[in-house]
Parts: sequence; structure tokens; C-alpha cells
Amino acid sequence: MRIWNLGRRLHHGGRVARALFSSQYALMLEYRAETALWALSGLLPFIMLGIWSQLAVPPAGLEPGHGAEAGGIGLDQLQLSRYFLCAFVARQFSVAWVVYAFEEDALQGRLSPYLLQPLQPLWRYVAAHLAEQVTRLPFVVLIAAVFFLLQPAVLWIPSPGRIVATVLAIWLAFTINFLLQSCIAILCFWSERASALERLLFIPYLFLSGLVAPLEVFPPALRAAAHWTPFPYMVAFPAQLLAGQPVPIAASFAAMVGWISLLLPITLLLWRAGVRRYSAMGA
Amino acid sequence: MATPGRTAAARTGLLRYWRTLKRFWGSALASQMEYQVNLLIEVVAMAGNLAGSLLLLWLIYGRGQQLGGWSLEEALVVLGIYTLLDGVSSTLLRPNLGAIVTQVQQGTLDFVLLKPIDSQFWLSTRTLSPWGLPEIVTGLALAIGAALRAGARPGVATILGGALMLLSSVVILYSLWFVLATTSIWFVKTWNVTEVLRAALSAGRYPISAFPAGLRTLFTVVLPVAFLTTVPAEAILGRASSHWLLLSVAVAVAALLFSRWFWRLALRDYTSASS
Repeated sequence: MRIWNLGRRLHHGGRVARALFSSQYALMLEYRAETALWALSGLLPFIMLGIWSQLAVPPAGLEPGHGAEAGGIGLDQLQLSRYFLCAFVARQFSVAWVVYAFEEDALQGRLSPYLLQPLQPLWRYVAAHLAEQVTRLPFVVLIAAVFFLLQPAVLWIPSPGRIVATVLAIWLAFTINFLLQSCIAILCFWSERASALERLLFIPYLFLSGLVAPLEVFPPALRAAAHWTPFPYMVAFPAQLLAGQPVPIAASFAAMVGWISLLLPITLLLWRAGVRRYSAMGA
Repeated sequence: MATPGRTAAARTGLLRYWRTLKRFWGSALASQMEYQVNLLIEVVAMAGNLAGSLLLLWLIYGRGQQLGGWSLEEALVVLGIYTLLDGVSSTLLRPNLGAIVTQVQQGTLDFVLLKPIDSQFWLSTRTLSPWGLPEIVTGLALAIGAALRAGARPGVATILGGALMLLSSVVILYSLWFVLATTSIWFVKTWNVTEVLRAALSAGRYPISAFPAGLRTLFTVVLPVAFLTTVPAEAILGRASSHWLLLSVAVAVAALLFSRWFWRLALRDYTSASS
């Protein structure tokens, strides 16, 4: 009897998920031009690749045999290019913008009907993000293709195991990003300017995630400190996985799961406290 | 040759714009003072961004390498100018030009066009967010301090050249923003073009010679990042050649004229949101 009930609930959940996803996907298709622009605005890793690849070139006067070590960053030209390309991909599919969507919904009073529905409203945003990632896919493939056309030597085929691990790592990275942002978004219940906090959160993310510099160039103490934050797992770890660089796989996955199991209860507790405080805007 | 009557008319015209500007900014300041928490957030954000950029420079220079042949102090001049321009963006450009999109979406642009004042002037100067000012001051201080440590000697020519180059870079930055904001007349939903611009301009944190040849050309010819930070830095360091100075002024004038022409072109195609 109970098992039958569970089966029915799972079936119901599946139907809700499918309906949510397909409606959000249809919505996102309307905004394809915007999505393309968002994809373009993530080109920072390529700019940083330009900087670091100039540094990887051994300074004049040293014989080329010194190679990467003369450049002193422990990565050669090819590894650098692959790393930053993968960092770009990891960033593209782990972006979260729930703060902005939530703030707009809360300020315009759209949140009230969502709260009445028998569905945790955060799921709606999860579906929107996943749908947006699907619409992003063609643009990311296009940008990567242009990159390979310009630098054919960089082309490589990751092993199937690494690909599966990367997909999983990027999903976990997205989950961490989404939960971190949701915590800030829920602060909208208390303050109208929660999105300003998101700007502050972005700064350590930018410099510690591996988006502007591969973590290998950090001094060991700083690198160790960075690994006590969730940020290196959000870009650097999936990027290194995909680029085929040596990386502690099990430990990194464990750390990601750890962060998620810390952030998830906090998000839910904040949510419950926030909804209790909520008095609708414009109502 | 202007007749005396026309000069007087031009003077009262300019005076009118000046008075309007003072009104605009006075009321903007008064309303922004309601949100003083923003000052704290902006200062913390600036400190964080500067600390991150310094960390990155330290990673590079700490291992005895140089960005495109620039010493650390010289690279700091570039970073200072970048910070200054970022401050200008958050003080003037983002609050004003970001609003153009909303005006188009909600149809309130019609009211602006009906006002007896130049519409580009109104849209570009209507409001001001004082919270970018700490960034402007810090950026300027960093640029000047680093230039002095790099051994620049502040002569009259250097100061004038540096000021002129900073002015051109602000004008170029403004024109880029304005042209992108103008495109919203045709494609209503493109406010995040400015995000693309911001991402591309972040290349301006580093001297242009730190990039490989292809990107260097791109950032000089297609997207004038070189004129935004590198050329002013060279001028402040007192080593800019006169033809780069002239070129920079020419680019600034051309960019401003283009933004004006582009705005007129857009208005010709403008059909109000409600009709």
C-alpha cells in the first residue's frame, strides 16, 4: 500500500518536473538572443588565457629547452589553452542568476501566487536554470568550435570516464552556486537590496575559482586556503577534470557533497524563516 | 564667424544646460542619500576587486615575470586608470544609460523626446550615483602614486597630456556605452549587451602589450581598449609619443560624433512602445 503510494507520488513528481521544464524551456527559447549575449559575456577566461600564454613563453635569452619551467607556471601552452577553454565551459553551465529572478518576482508581487501553489517555488527557478543551460548549449559549442578553428593544436578528446565525471562535477558546481545564491535571494524577504550582496560574493568567486588564473600558479599556502572555500570546486575542479590534468577526484567530489549538505539545510531553514516574515509587495 | 547675437544665444544656451545639469545631479544626490548602505557595499566591493587584481599582479610579478615589458609600478598605473573608469561607469554611465532600455520598454522615452532639451544630453546626464566616487578617487590616487614611484616626473606637458588622455578615454567609454544602449531602440531586450562590454573591457586591467598579437590588434582596432587604459597610462608615465596622443583624441572625437549620428539614426526608426 505504502509502496504503491510512493510510486504514485514519484509519477506525479515526474509529471510536474516535465511540465515545469518544458514550459521554462519554451520561455527561454524566446530569449535566445539574450542567452547568446550572456554566453559572450563569459569570455573572460579567453582574455586571461591571452595574458597567461604570453607568460608561459620562456623569456628571451633562455634556451627553449627550459620550456614550461622557464615560464615558471608549470603548465605548457597546450595545457593552458585547454584549461581556460574548460574553465569557460564549466562557468557557462554552472551560472546561477536566481538572485535577480527572485528579486524581480518578489518586488513585482509575482511571488504570492507561486507561494500558493503546492510546489516549493525554488523548483521553478531550478527548472528555469536547467532550461537556460539547454538553450546555452549551441552557443557554447559554437564558441568552442571557433576556438579550435583558431588553434587546431589544442583539440583533444577527453576519456569517456572523464567526460562523465565532468558532467557530474559541473552539475554539483551548479548546485553549490544555486544554493549559495538562493541563500542571498531569500534575504530579499528582509532587505530589498539583497542583489548587492551577490556582487560581493562574486569577488572571491572570481579570483579564487580558477577563472582568472589556474590554481597551480597560487603559492601553496594560498591554494590550500582557497580549497577551504567552495570556489575552486565551482570552476577549477571541473575544468581540470575535462582538460585531463591530474586532480584529486574523490576528495574533490567529497568536498562538493560536503558543501551541498551544509548549504541545503541552511537554504531551507532560511526559506522557512523568510516566508514567515513575508508580507506581499503590492498586495 | 559668429555674430554677437548668436554668441550670446549660445552662451545662454550653454548656461541653461549647466543649470539643468546642476538640478539633475542635486536631486539625484538627495535621493541617493536615502541609501547610504550602498556606500558601504561599494567600498567593500572596490576593496575586494582591487585586492583580487593586486593578488593577480603579485602572482605574475612575484615570480620575476613582467606583463608585456611593463614594470609592476607601471602596470599599477594601468590598474589605477581601470579603477577610475570603473568608477565613472558606476557613477554616470550605468545609472543613466541602463535606464534607456527601461524607457524604451515602458514607452516613457516619448516624454523625454518631447522635452525642450537635447535628448542625448537628458538621457546621458539625468541621474548620478555618488557611490562610484570612492572608486574614481582611489583609481586616480593609485595611478598617480604608482606613476611617481615608477619615476615619472610631473612636468606641465605630462600633466596636460595625462589629463587630456584621461578625458579622451572617458569620452570613448561613454560613446561605447551610449551606442550599445541605443541599440535597445531596435532590439528592446538587449540590456545585457552592456555585460558583454564590461567583460570585454576587463582586458583593460592590463597593459595592451601583455596580450598576444591577435588580441592586441582586436583591442586596438575593433574595441578600443588600448585607448581606454594603456595610452593614458603611457601619457601619465610621460612616455607617450605625440602621434598616439593625437590618435587617441581623434578616436574620442570620432566616437562621440558617431554616437550622436547613431542616436539620430535610431530615433528616425523609433516607433513608440504604445503605438
